[in-house]
Amino acid sequence: MSEKLPISMRINGEPTDSYAAPRETLADFLRGDVQLTGTHLGCEMGACGACLVLLDGLPVHACLMFAVQADGANIETIEGLSDRGVIADIQKAFHERNALQCGFCTPGILIAAHHLLRTMQNPSREVIRDALSGNYCRCTGYVAIVDAIEEVSTSRREPVVARLIEKAEP
Amino acid sequence: MNNPLHAFDRPNSYIGRSVARPNAKRLLAGRGRYITDLVLPRMLHAAFVRSPHAHARIVSIDATRAKALPGVRLVATGDDLAKICKPWVGTLAHFKGMKSPEQWPLALDKAIWAGQAVVAVVADTRAQAEDAIEEIAVTFEELSPVIDIDDARAPESPVIASTMDGNVCFTTKLDTGGIDEIFASAEHVVEGEFLFGRHTAVTMEPRAIIADYNPSEDQLTVHHATQTPYQFQDLYSRHYGVPEANVRVIAPDIGGSFGMKLHVYHEDMAVVGLSIILGRPVKFVADRLESFLSDIHARDHRVRARLAMDEEGTILAMDVDDVTAIGPFSSFPRTSVVEGNQVVRLIGAPYKFQNYRADLSVVFQNKVQTSQYRAVGHPVACAVTERLVDMAASRVGLDPFEIREKNFIPDSAYPCASPTGYKFEALSHEACLAQLKSLMNYDSLRAEQAELLKKGIHRGIGIATFVEITNPSPAFYGVGGARISAQDGAIIKVMPSGEVQCLISVTEVGQGTETIIGQIVAATLGVKYESVKVVTGDTEMTPHGGATWGCRGAGIGGETALQTAKRLKENVLRVAAALLQEKSERLDMRDGIVVDTDGGQERLALAEIARIAYFRSDTLPPGADAQLTVAHHYAPQGYPFAFTNGVQACHIELDAETGFVKILKHWAIEDCGRVINPLLVDEQVRGGVVQGLGAAFFEECVYDDTGQLMNGSLADYLVPMAFEMPDIDVGHVDTPTRDTELGAKGAGEAGTAAASAAALNAVNDALRFFNTSVSQIPMTPERLLRALGHS
Repeated sequence: MSEKLPISMRINGEPTDSYAAPRETLADFLRGDVQLTGTHLGCEMGACGACLVLLDGLPVHACLMFAVQADGANIETIEGLSDRGVIADIQKAFHERNALQCGFCTPGILIAAHHLLRTMQNPSREVIRDALSGNYCRCTGYVAIVDAIEEVSTSRREPVVARLIEKAEP
Repeated sequence: MNNPLHAFDRPNSYIGRSVARPNAKRLLAGRGRYITDLVLPRMLHAAFVRSPHAHARIVSIDATRAKALPGVRLVATGDDLAKICKPWVGTLAHFKGMKSPEQWPLALDKAIWAGQAVVAVVADTRAQAEDAIEEIAVTFEELSPVIDIDDARAPESPVIASTMDGNVCFTTKLDTGGIDEIFASAEHVVEGEFLFGRHTAVTMEPRAIIADYNPSEDQLTVHHATQTPYQFQDLYSRHYGVPEANVRVIAPDIGGSFGMKLHVYHEDMAVVGLSIILGRPVKFVADRLESFLSDIHARDHRVRARLAMDEEGTILAMDVDDVTAIGPFSSFPRTSVVEGNQVVRLIGAPYKFQNYRADLSVVFQNKVQTSQYRAVGHPVACAVTERLVDMAASRVGLDPFEIREKNFIPDSAYPCASPTGYKFEALSHEACLAQLKSLMNYDSLRAEQAELLKKGIHRGIGIATFVEITNPSPAFYGVGGARISAQDGAIIKVMPSGEVQCLISVTEVGQGTETIIGQIVAATLGVKYESVKVVTGDTEMTPHGGATWGCRGAGIGGETALQTAKRLKENVLRVAAALLQEKSERLDMRDGIVVDTDGGQERLALAEIARIAYFRSDTLPPGADAQLTVAHHYAPQGYPFAFTNGVQACHIELDAETGFVKILKHWAIEDCGRVINPLLVDEQVRGGVVQGLGAAFFEECVYDDTGQLMNGSLADYLVPMAFEMPDIDVGHVDTPTRDTELGAKGAGEAGTAAASAAALNAVNDALRFFNTSVSQIPMTPERLLRALGHS
């Protein structure tokens, strides 16, 4: 209701200066003002995980904070991670394993998976399932998602040489 | 059992291959195109004032202050929209005697459930619209709510619909005769009362719609997160009087549906009317609370049932009474009666006995409407049957596998009919049960269970057999007068490049329709899979069809694609024959190249045929009729439904101190006929299992006795998450239907059909040690503790 406030943040590597109403959530700001619609809203109360983004490198629910609270922060969304190629192997594993159906939860799950694989080597299926305990998927049986993350974890641990050989193949 | 060897059975066929979904890549990149993402020029946003009462007369509405707020473009009441929208009634003629009151977009004289939309506000932003609804004063006079299924039927109960003389929507009775005598003389009778809570679909993307009416052309375009765009094209046209040819419904990426996104919702109809009034696009996206308050719910059955058997454990008869509460009216256009109807007709379906009696009562109450959600009626029928069969096994000292083997209709005995009137073409209960027993390593699980019990660890193993209705013919809705298509249509065109587009009326909701249609077109036509683009979800692009519901995408949509592609191939080969001066029957097409049928010698590329046909038709031989686009419709023929079957098993560990259940593992064997893409089918079955396990352990729409929903958020209504869910193994038995060349039956609901029943049997298996049992789902810790005597 009150006046919009100026905010500056880095979004997917680009400096962004804008204005946001005090009550506007970060999720609404990203989806509406910045047109980054890959961040989804499933519950708007921090339960479903569809709105996860990285804020200064850590996953946060974009529905649970106001855009003005993210002033000065470094935000990365699914679009940024995807364009940067850092989750390409996770995306590929999800695709090949069919670890998604409608895809609405998928950006949040990819961000949770990215964070898990960056912070932990060789997670067990139990640990992977625990790491996804903030993400609802209503379509899959979660099995394919766990399989895909497990596969990426394994492939990231493979010796560099083996990976180079694989890359050299057509 | 199997159809003759088909080209699809070749080792290099695309059919049966685990092809990844091409359209999944954009979803993985955050480039999905959901209605929630869509912004149109001059688009406005709707929000609704909702009734806080389950049953109340609307005395007055004062919107003066709201209308003066910035950004507010329109405040509309029920009367405003009733002037331009024809009402709808959710009845079907083949449910004899069923009644339901007329419905309008917004409440008129009274509100009949808590959460019903009463006033609509349209503003420049959603926030402004929500600000405005806070300033609208609606005066209600509370009426006694009708909540309980028995009270609702009592003579002294208030009646919800003023046009009706009671709160009963529909009753029916099935009776093969002599049931009382059979039960009186039977050696054993087991019985129970089974309660099934309300739950709901909880699609990750809530309901979303943008209606865009352009008065200068009388053109209505509706961007709608729906499974059934053609159905809504027909409905919007008929209820708002816009010519059908001028109504376009577009369903882009849909964030989950599960049967929930094909019903008429009051807000959706209202949004169309608001756009017509304003001549501008109007968007409405339900928030999660609105979803819980206005999406259809499902189940809510109380089933009293008994089973009679002889001294050896042969089932003689079943006797069933199902009472189900559906909310204040029957949903439209599919009604709220189908679930109960399927409960009483599917009970006992896997078994040989022929003596059956069932009563069904469908009752109105002041809660949100119920209607079709994934596996309509199946989990209820399956749980009642399979729990009683387990109780029967226990009574006569048979193992759960033994009693099923003994009583199944043998796989060799099909075709046959159920005592409830269903005709089964070919089911495979024996084969599925045998595969399950081996897959789950049943005997060693039992041995482990006995060992662990000595250490005070209480594990349970439960199995549940199911029969599922798929590929529905017009016998499902059409015969009852519903304008719901059981057929589908496709247009397949060869493009000048030789690539192929298939525009088909079955829709993609994430289950992989576009992928399997591409596989079928590629395999049938004889082109590379990568050269086929499938387009769905736009009434202006594809022929009219039933789209996605009732497990019909592969079975009916797939056959539509196959038959269309066959006709196109004939056309292509006819042109090729003319160009090559060859007999067309001696030509075939493989990987987009016309070849000699014998020997496979390459003769002419499809791309060259297309180039000549489109750009150098002057060089075609006289009479070569180059019809490189084919439109074709396919309607299911033969059996009214392609029934499928399967069996599931659940392995759990019960903590008798806390009532918590750990699901250790789940198995599902199912027979959906020809499997087109195992990768997609398996995870869809698993997803179905998880929804069934949700119903078994977590999910319930809890109401208080005044009709207030108590848990309308994702923090309060528990949906299964990765950590609570087990690994799920899936296996297949392959009994193709002979009604189609493809042989595919449906698979999308199989997982949900039996998962909760298997879980119920597993928990009761663990509870046997305590000489107690449960017969209500969800099996919450509180209910389990009560069963265990911790009151």
